[in-house]
Amino acid sequence: MSAVPALALKDITCRFAARDGGGAYTAVANASLTVEAGEFVSVVGPTGCGKSTLLNIAAGLLSPSSGTVEVFGEKLVASEGVNRRAGYMFQADALMPWRTGIGNVIAGLEFRGVEEDEALAQGEAWLRRVGLAGFGDRYPHQMSGGMRKRLALAQTLILSPDILLMDEPFSALDVQTRQLMENELLALWAEDRKSVLFITHDLEEAIALSDRVVVLSAGPATRPIGDFKVDLDRPRDVSEIRMTPDFARLHREIWAAMKEEVLKAYAAQKAA
Amino acid sequence: MKLRILQFSIFALLILVWHLMTTPGIVPPFYFEQDNRAAFFFGEPVKVFGVVVDWFWSGEIFGHLGITLLETALGFVIGSAFGLGIGLWLALSPTASAVMDPYIKGFNSMPRVVLAPIFAVWFGLGIWSKVALGVTLVFFVVFFNVYQGVREVSPNLIANARMLGATRHQLLRAIYLPSAMSWVFASLHNAVGLAFVGAVVGEYLGSSRGVGYLILQAEGTFDINTVFAGILVLTGFALLLDTGVGVVERRLMTWQPRASETERV
Ligand SMILES: Nc1ncnc2c1ncn2[C@@H]1O[C@H](COP(=O)(O)OP(=O)(O)OP(=O)(O)O)[C@@H](O)[C@H]1O
Ligand SMILES: [Mg+2]
Repeated sequence: MSAVPALALKDITCRFAARDGGGAYTAVANASLTVEAGEFVSVVGPTGCGKSTLLNIAAGLLSPSSGTVEVFGEKLVASEGVNRRAGYMFQADALMPWRTGIGNVIAGLEFRGVEEDEALAQGEAWLRRVGLAGFGDRYPHQMSGGMRKRLALAQTLILSPDILLMDEPFSALDVQTRQLMENELLALWAEDRKSVLFITHDLEEAIALSDRVVVLSAGPATRPIGDFKVDLDRPRDVSEIRMTPDFARLHREIWAAMKEEVLKAYAAQKAA
Repeated sequence: MKLRILQFSIFALLILVWHLMTTPGIVPPFYFEQDNRAAFFFGEPVKVFGVVVDWFWSGEIFGHLGITLLETALGFVIGSAFGLGIGLWLALSPTASAVMDPYIKGFNSMPRVVLAPIFAVWFGLGIWSKVALGVTLVFFVVFFNVYQGVREVSPNLIANARMLGATRHQLLRAIYLPSAMSWVFASLHNAVGLAFVGAVVGEYLGSSRGVGYLILQAEGTFDINTVFAGILVLTGFALLLDTGVGVVERRLMTWQPRASETERV
């Protein structure tokens, strides 16, 4: 591991201004998180705890109320632009509905001024890699949810970002498709070992994919409350690895830390 | 097909009722004192169609129709271009939008048809005064749609494009413009209709050519049949324009999901 982490969030606090009379809401408080170069880190936490908020801060889309973000040692200032070394797969659909599949995949290359022939060739190659060969001329609305997710994956990966930010990319998929995509992601990741910050609220997914799992507390004032190393062998098959005793042990361990927070979040939401 | 037959039957029925009520001697007069009064006020369909056929047969109408359509097209294109440009500008610049807000609201609430005589003074009795009226009508429809469209671009889409490396300029071209265009198309039917209204009303208020002018002249001589013939031709062409817009819309908006896209087997 290199000395400089790919991504370092230091003492981040994020408060959202009050809306319609309510007090300001502190989503994240004094949170620190690092992702080493080539490391696959998952963040789990109850719904609404501030996972997406953290990721937006890491992407440079949102500036924290206090604290700093460093990308490969350089300070990231959201007002000066987004994190150029990162690719971001959003939780919600973010494909351009007026572009075809291939048009969406090569959008990033277009923005970078890559020549069209070159971009199209790369785009076709990526469509094949995510199993969408022949679907390049379809519009997003003509694709299934799983196909759209794979398209979004290709759209992000084609730029070969050094850091990959993923916000519950597979949560909307059925279990089978999801495991297929998880395996695909691992295979793609194994090729060139990007740094990955992967958000999920599914603990099994987090363990199956990552080198490290970070557990967040329930909101408000979310911060990491647990950091677990996942020492399972690679390459992994996400459906098989779930059957191993090591997996079960890790799952028990991490779940013990998470459970209380999930219940807290649940109680808070019920009270609200 | 069945739909078309029904639609046509209603049309035929309307014409028939019109014919029966206005031809002297068929239905005894129940409102007017004299038998031929109804025809004086409502025209007679046979004569109205006679006028229409005559117009097309002699080719007399084409010059007038051409002028009206030209005014419509110009009013539509110029109005849309302004609407699109200013809509984009104000939507993307909160300061400008806040400053301009009362003016936009004011101009929009003003009954703009009353500007027609002023335009006639400014631009003369040629086509440009009609185009100007069409522009003022079209502009606001397109403007509000674009403004709304840009404001409602999903923040996700913008964030995604930014993460993919889009500059401000590229954001405009790749996200805001296409998104605004879909709203422009949504307002296209309205906009074309209003451009047509602008042209005809302008002609009606003062001109030497155009279908509106034909109607005005006929009214001057109480030639009710010609007035109705003019209205009929205008309605026909308005429908035709609307159909044309529909075709263009479907061509350019293939990316939009349509209600029923499954094919029956
Ligand atoms: N723009 C905003 N203004 C005010 N509050 C916000 C804003 N964005 C997020 N929040 C609040 O911050 C908290 C964290 O939101 P966030 O989207 O990060 O949750 P999350 O952990 O990603 O949840 P999920 O797992 O459901 O996606 C939530 O309580 C949310 O209501
Ligand atoms: Mg989220």
